[in-house]
Amino acid sequence: MEQPVRGSAVSTALRGRSAVVGLAELKPSKTPEGRTPLGLITEASLAALDDAGLKPSDVDGIVVCPAMMQYSMLWPSVVAEHLGLAPTYLEFVDLGGATSCAMVARAATAIANGQASTVLCVNGDTWDPKGMYLKPPPLFSPMRDFTMPYGAAGANADYAMAARLHMHRYGTTSRQLAKIAADQRASAQQNPLALFHGKPLTIDDVLASAMVCDPLHLLEVVMPCTGAEAIVLTSAERVKDRPHRPAWVLGFGEHLEPDPFQRPDFLVTPAVESARQAFGMAGLAPKDVTLAEIYDCYTSAVLIELEDAGFCAKGEGGPFLESHDLTYAGDFPLNTNGGMLSFGQPGLGGGMTLVVEGARQVMGRAGARQVKRNDVAFVHGNGGTFTEECSLIFASDR
Amino acid sequence: MSDQMPEFPRPLPQVEGDAAPFWQAIAAGRIELPRCGACAKWIFYPRPFCPSCLSRDVAWHAVAPTGRVYTCAIVRKPTNPWFFGKTPYVYAIVELENGVRLPTQIVGCDPEQVTIGAAVEAVFERVDDTVTLLHFRPRAAAG
Repeated sequence: MEQPVRGSAVSTALRGRSAVVGLAELKPSKTPEGRTPLGLITEASLAALDDAGLKPSDVDGIVVCPAMMQYSMLWPSVVAEHLGLAPTYLEFVDLGGATSCAMVARAATAIANGQASTVLCVNGDTWDPKGMYLKPPPLFSPMRDFTMPYGAAGANADYAMAARLHMHRYGTTSRQLAKIAADQRASAQQNPLALFHGKPLTIDDVLASAMVCDPLHLLEVVMPCTGAEAIVLTSAERVKDRPHRPAWVLGFGEHLEPDPFQRPDFLVTPAVESARQAFGMAGLAPKDVTLAEIYDCYTSAVLIELEDAGFCAKGEGGPFLESHDLTYAGDFPLNTNGGMLSFGQPGLGGGMTLVVEGARQVMGRAGARQVKRNDVAFVHGNGGTFTEECSLIFASDR
Repeated sequence: MSDQMPEFPRPLPQVEGDAAPFWQAIAAGRIELPRCGACAKWIFYPRPFCPSCLSRDVAWHAVAPTGRVYTCAIVRKPTNPWFFGKTPYVYAIVELENGVRLPTQIVGCDPEQVTIGAAVEAVFERVDDTVTLLHFRPRAAAG
C-alpha cells in the first residue's frame, strides 16, 4: 500500500495556549486490592485538583479514557457526575497506548478554542489477570480473525517480531534492548511509587529472565497494574494564579496508519508524523529535547519510537541506547520515573504515568530523580502495534 | 493458571461475511485474495471495496501458495489460554509473492531454525468441517 499523504503544514496556533498546573498519581498495585476504576479515578482527580489549588467548580472540561475493568457507555458523563462537575467540554479518548498523550492534546485544543478554560484529564483502572481471561473487555476488529487463530499472543508477538526484524536488519542486540529496562530501573530506585522500587536490575538480569516471546524477555514486557493518574490543564491567562510553575504545552501531533504489516516498512511508524507535527507546532527539534518519556510497553517500542521521533537515524537505535546513560542523571534522561516497565502500566491509559512524569520534570517537582536540564520534555504514546501514535512537547517556558 | 479456570475454546475465524471466500479457498487448499479492479491493489484483510481508491470493483484471485518470512517470533508464553501447553510455536508474518503479508504460524520445523527471509510454502491445516487454517512450512531445497 502507498503511504498516506503527509506533509501538511503544521499550525502553530495552538502552541503555548495551555499548561499543566496540577497533577497526581496513585501508588500502583499488582492486584485491585478492593479498589474500583471509578474509585481510583476519583482519588486521583481530587488529588490533582488539590495540587492545582482548584475546586471542582473551577473545572469546565473533562477528558477520560476507557477503564477496561469497568467498561461502560457514557463514561465521560458518569465520571463527571461522580466528581460533581458540570463541564462545557467532555471527551472520551480510546487510542490504546496513544490515549494519554491524545487526552492532553484534546484538552489543549479545547482550551485554545475557548471550549473550556480548565480541563481535568484522568486515567484509572484496576488489573486482575484472572478477570481479564474470564471477562475481557469488548474488542472487535475484522483483522483479529487473521491473527488470533495463529496464537498472536496479544501484543507480545507483534513487538517481538519488531525486535527480531530490527535485529536482523540492523544488527541490534538483546543487550542493547535490555539496557532500556536496566537504566529505567535505576531511575525507578528514586521513585517510591514505582512497583519495582527497591528492586534494582542489571542488563544480565534482564537477559536471564524468562523468554516470553523470543527475542523479548519477561523483563522487557510491561506489567499491567492497578493505578490512576490525573492532570489539570488551564489556559495561559489563568496559569499565573496557580501554585506551581507550569509545564507549557508547546506542541502535539498524532497519526494513525492502519495494519502495520501492510505498510511498506513495519519498522517505520506513525511516530514519524506525530513527532513532526509536535515539533513543528512547538518550533523545536529533537536536539532541543532535554528529557524524553517514551511509551515503553516493550523495549522494542522505545527503540523504534526513538528513531522515528528523530533522536537518531533509522537503524541506529541500538548504538544510541548503548552510548547514552538513559537514567534521570544521564545524558539522555529517558522514562525517568522508571517508565511503565518499572512503574507499572495502569489500564489502557497507562501511558499517563509518562505524561505526568514529563510534566512533573518540567515543573521541577521530580524530587530525588529531578533532571537538571528540564526545559523541554518529549512525551510519546503508541497504540496498537505502532498503529496510532501521539507525541507531546512540554516546556518550562512558553 | 488457577485450577478454577474454565475450558477455553480455540480461537477460530468467522468464516462468513466479507472474508468468506478467503476461508472457503483455504478449506479447498488454495490461497485467494481480493484485488481492486480499478487500481489493481491487493486488499488485505478482505473487504468488498478498495481502501486505497474506494472502488467497489473487487474480484477474488488465486495467488501462489509460497512466500518468505517477513518477520517472526517464537512464542513461549502465550496469552490466549488455548495455546497454553502448545509451545513453543512460531508466530510469523509471511510475505506472499504479490506483496501481501499474512499473519500465520510456521510449522513442520524446529522453531529455532526459522529465519527472516526463509522461503516457505502453505500448509492447509483442517480444523473441522468449516474451518481450515493457513500455516506455512519451510520450502524444501529452496533458498
